[in-house]
Amino acid sequence: MSSIRGRLLAILLLATGVIWLSAALWTQISTRAQVIQVLDRRLEESARMVASLIREGGLSVDQAARAARMERADADGFHLLHQLSCQIWGLDGTLISESAGAPEGRLSEAGGGFSENEVDGELWRVFTLADPELDFRVMVGDAQAMRDQLVRNVTLGQLAPTALMLPLLAALIWLTVGRGLRPLDRLGAALSNRPASDLGPLEEAPAPRELRPMIAALNGLLRRVDAARERERSFTAFAAHELKTPLAGLQTQAEIARMAPDTATRTRALVQIEQGVKRTDRMVKQLLAMTAVEHPPNAASGAPQDGAALLQAVADDLAPLAGRLGVGLQVSATPGLWSTAEATLLQTALRNLVENALHASPQGETVSATLSLEGAGAVFEISDRGPGISEAERPHVTERFFRGAGATTSGSGLGLAIVATSAARLGGALELSPREGGGECARLILPR
Amino acid sequence: MRILIVEDDAVLGDGLSVGLRLSGFSPELVDSCADARHAIGMEGFEAVVLDLMLPDGSGLELLRELRQRGSDMPVLMLTARDGLDDRVTGLDAGADDYLGKPFELPELSARLRALTRRAQGRAENLLHWNGLALDTAKMSGQRGAEEIAFSRREFTVLAALMERPGSILSKAALEERLYGWQEDVESNTVEVHVHHLRAKLGSGFIQTVRGAGYRLAPEGAA
Repeated sequence: MSSIRGRLLAILLLATGVIWLSAALWTQISTRAQVIQVLDRRLEESARMVASLIREGGLSVDQAARAARMERADADGFHLLHQLSCQIWGLDGTLISESAGAPEGRLSEAGGGFSENEVDGELWRVFTLADPELDFRVMVGDAQAMRDQLVRNVTLGQLAPTALMLPLLAALIWLTVGRGLRPLDRLGAALSNRPASDLGPLEEAPAPRELRPMIAALNGLLRRVDAARERERSFTAFAAHELKTPLAGLQTQAEIARMAPDTATRTRALVQIEQGVKRTDRMVKQLLAMTAVEHPPNAASGAPQDGAALLQAVADDLAPLAGRLGVGLQVSATPGLWSTAEATLLQTALRNLVENALHASPQGETVSATLSLEGAGAVFEISDRGPGISEAERPHVTERFFRGAGATTSGSGLGLAIVATSAARLGGALELSPREGGGECARLILPR
Repeated sequence: MRILIVEDDAVLGDGLSVGLRLSGFSPELVDSCADARHAIGMEGFEAVVLDLMLPDGSGLELLRELRQRGSDMPVLMLTARDGLDDRVTGLDAGADDYLGKPFELPELSARLRALTRRAQGRAENLLHWNGLALDTAKMSGQRGAEEIAFSRREFTVLAALMERPGSILSKAALEERLYGWQEDVESNTVEVHVHHLRAKLGSGFIQTVRGAGYRLAPEGAA
């Protein structure tokens, strides 16, 4: 059941109902026991009375039977006694006398005491008292049906108000639970009335204690969402600004191509436009890569892939670039050392590292890319013989859009930020350090 | 008009350099704060086009530095960040004008002309000498009722001379203004342009100072 109100109503009604039913059952059992006790005593007393009337009052058996009838008449109005029947039998088995309304058949075959017999199709409870001296047997009985009726009446008398109370109780529960849940409604209203831009915390103070943990959790979520959105917003703003410069370049070159007085100038402008488009394209690709590593799909990209193969694939991809730059690219990785399910993330990181190293490397030098296992993790090490990163800039190079003093203008300022983010997503880290003998050494350390 | 362009984006820097040259300016391109400091210290530029974000520092810092040194060189900030706050910060740091990227060349040219005009206390885009009014926006001249058209290079040479009447400009200086970037300079092109100018303005308008270069004839002399 999805409604708390409905659920509480059902639970409370069910619990109340069970308690009431148990009480009714218990009452019925105890009532039945008491009724049996009381009525049995009455049977016994009546039998003794009839017997003593015959014995000590000197009444004839006939008169005594009539007295029994009288006694019944005296108690007229108490309908239970209508059901009392009395028979007086001789010990020889002849019916001496009986009260009016007594059944045709003999009430009991027992010699004395209590017994239950079926007489004329009806169950009777009978007390038999024998007097061997005066040669008679008094039997007083009442119908079992009457007894059941009595117990039923008492129980029903108790259940009837309950049946009446239950709907009342239900209405009461419905109203009070609704009232009790009003803080939830208010919280819901406060949330649903919020504009999407409002990520401020919810007020905790007026809420009941039970709701506060939820509000605190919601506020925590709101804070995280707000921080993420702020980051996104600044990233978007930054990205837009970063794109404006190449766009301005394109615009200017296009204007030059339009107003160029000679073919040489026009051709030159068109070449510049091509370069500008390439650079802008690279920038956009890097922005997309940044977004991709920041928000990777939830599921791992697929089956585990060999780290060495991935590194080799990146190197093969970048071989043309290395050729253009006149830089060697040497890969040293043993297949089967280490594998990852996050091939895309890893390749993005490696591609950026190798690209950076190639761009930084002087012509004729060689960039080395290796994969090895060290202690707890796999280490991809990309080293170049470039100018290296200055100590002042080292802490900032993984910041988004940071460009070092020696940066080539074709860079997006995102490369190392992408690597660092990928590393974090992969549960690893990026370490940058000066290389022995000159250059920079980038180590991408990933958990095994 | 000599303009210093401080821009680190290669394509944009080239575009500014070529575009301003085509618009009759004589631009010089540098791509870092360090080079800009050096250039400002050395050369007689009439205005600076300054990018905000440079690889070795902020254009704003460079600008503050410039103003602290007491320079009143007109500076036009060129930047991708053109929100209100950014513009206010830029102008307060000492920028004379502010242009957001991307922009159109004619607007940049007009603003640069306005900046230099203001710096020189002129109300119009006109340079006057010896009865000739040179319109730096239209790259054309007027003498009396006569309208004189110049090619871009003729204009560049003439404007360079008219900006500082009386001072001598060497052939090398004029070549530098004509060709910041392009094809190999043919050694006699400056002479060719001066020859054409003399044909249009009268042979005495520009004087040759043997061994030194060219200058305008004194007023009343041509």
